[in-house]
Amino acid sequence: MARLTNSPRFALDPMLPQRFVVERLWRETADTFTVKLEPVDKTADFAFAPGQFNMLYVFGVGEIPISISGDPADNTALLHTTRAVGTVTKAMSRLKPGDMLGLRGPFGSNWPVLEAGGHDIVLVTGGIGLAPLRPALYAILAQREKYGKVVLLYGARTPEDILYKKELARWRAHFDLEVHVTVDRATESWRGNVGVATTLIRRAPFDPQDAVAMICGPEVMMRFTTQELLRRGVDSSRIFVSLERNMKCAIGFCGHCQFGPQFVCKDGPVFALKRVEKLLNTWEV
Amino acid sequence: MPVQLLDWEALEEFFTALKRRGFTLIGPQLQDGAIVYDQLEKPEDLPLGWQDVQDKGSYRLHQRDDEAAFGYVVGPHSWKRFLHPPSLRLWRAKRSESGFDLQEEALKDPKYAFIGVRACELSAIEIQNKVFLGGSYTDPHYRARRQGAFIVAVNCTQAGGNCFCASMGTGPKVETGFDLALTEVLAPSRHYFTVEVGSEQGAELLKEIPHQEASQQEIATAQQLVATAAGQMGRELDNSGLKEILYASYDHPRWDEIAERCLSCGNCTMVCPTCFCTTVEDVTDLSGQEAERLRHWDSCFSIDFSYIHGGSVRASGKARYRQWLTHKLASWIDQFGSSGCVGCGRCITWCPVGIDITAEATAIRNSQAVTGVKTKGTRHVQADH
Repeated sequence: MARLTNSPRFALDPMLPQRFVVERLWRETADTFTVKLEPVDKTADFAFAPGQFNMLYVFGVGEIPISISGDPADNTALLHTTRAVGTVTKAMSRLKPGDMLGLRGPFGSNWPVLEAGGHDIVLVTGGIGLAPLRPALYAILAQREKYGKVVLLYGARTPEDILYKKELARWRAHFDLEVHVTVDRATESWRGNVGVATTLIRRAPFDPQDAVAMICGPEVMMRFTTQELLRRGVDSSRIFVSLERNMKCAIGFCGHCQFGPQFVCKDGPVFALKRVEKLLNTWEV
Repeated sequence: MPVQLLDWEALEEFFTALKRRGFTLIGPQLQDGAIVYDQLEKPEDLPLGWQDVQDKGSYRLHQRDDEAAFGYVVGPHSWKRFLHPPSLRLWRAKRSESGFDLQEEALKDPKYAFIGVRACELSAIEIQNKVFLGGSYTDPHYRARRQGAFIVAVNCTQAGGNCFCASMGTGPKVETGFDLALTEVLAPSRHYFTVEVGSEQGAELLKEIPHQEASQQEIATAQQLVATAAGQMGRELDNSGLKEILYASYDHPRWDEIAERCLSCGNCTMVCPTCFCTTVEDVTDLSGQEAERLRHWDSCFSIDFSYIHGGSVRASGKARYRQWLTHKLASWIDQFGSSGCVGCGRCITWCPVGIDITAEATAIRNSQAVTGVKTKGTRHVQADH
């Protein structure tokens, strides 16, 4: 997998953030938002690979890892979508255009978008997990002819919690992309699927012998999703998951993100299932 | 360079020569009933005639019947507190018209001369070198401190009750990574050190102080003392296949038993010379105009350590002890190419309930058959970098 570590912007101290300014910030759902950033230093580039993350710092509040959710080919927009759930994300959700943020990154491994060329693609995601997968989908759609069938299976808690709604509708209109959405709890007006994302796998149109699967969601969802994919006959070397752990440094020094021998920050967050399968099914690793 | 000899009386000049070169001397001394590492001025500051007696959860100082300066083993401190300090400011930020300005923390090279670094501790420094300097990112603070340091190692001439460096292949004799290495000899009428030179810098310094070439007899006496220490290890640890055993033992019932005794206090991680985990703290002044980011030592035994939204990943004490021991003795090998344990025994000594890492690893090894855990067939959990 290509890595974009050792970027020249870390010539000095990899713990020192770069300053970015909020260009725009908008609400996606009741508790999620997207922030669009631009660097103070206009020459700074923010090339990234789908699946990578940045450490975002809110002045005086703290710093947290957030995956990059924009289009890797668009170097005019650096997007992060997250849920306002902790001290830092809540403070971030209140930022206005022109406000400043600190940013370190990009860090970590990426989705095997290039390696998956020629194969069917299955993206399975739950909740906010769609955000780290969106760059992969952008990259795949940009070179659609290089892939076989492309399927997106997405589960949200309720119809109100569906992320990137307009975009999903647009994707759904593509004749060469299958989009299946399900919700845990339906509202009266919902006429779509009800149930967890794993239930969509059984019927999804892809060739299990050929498909490359990329999964991002809560750990329990990923556990069941991988089981379901394996049951359909997808080989564990072609299933990829993105893990989440506590992180303080993102460069392998703080020790917080360890997952067995792996550091999620630098060996992950995207892992081939083969490498983490046993630990993913072990309690409290 | 052949082995040299330094008389006790020349130690003062040795210290002076180091100071003349701008070094701040750090070495062992008696403080609050323990031998700790702090700034040294003169040879008399060394813990002359003191010895530590260590056991599980126990550390006591006793008066020796000689005036040995390095007659103890290891105390609660390790050199990591100087190379990888317990607290460090990473940077400062100040509010400005456009948002905030960031101010990098100046790199400090305190030019430490470490006096009395044991073989296990040299290995620990080597291990932290790999953590902080060996990957795609490096810690500039660690690098500045490590590069500037002058290391005076001391061979152990006796082992402590919790020592097992011989099992870990890290001691008791120092092999590499020092500028000068001393072996203290207390002959009936003479107190001297044999000196091995490990670097150009060490050789240069030695030139400035009275010394002579050691005789075969003196060298043999010193070697004999180190060999004695090797045979005195208070504990042992069988490392053969230990990584595979531990990787296959995530569900071992022994973790429950340990959890009943473990207080999750984190003492073991604080005294461990290789434990490197840290957390960060963001603080602001009362006006909210200035902020800074601090880094502190952290412990995998704290409940916050693995916190992600929704709760801590390692909520139970047994998961936290399992993480520590499995990291130290197994996953460390995949991460950094060696065990994370150097056999210094600190975690055994300073555990308030006397949990012994060697005993726990042995218990898991020995009860494998009972729990049906196999040593083989676990390759899929190893990192395939």
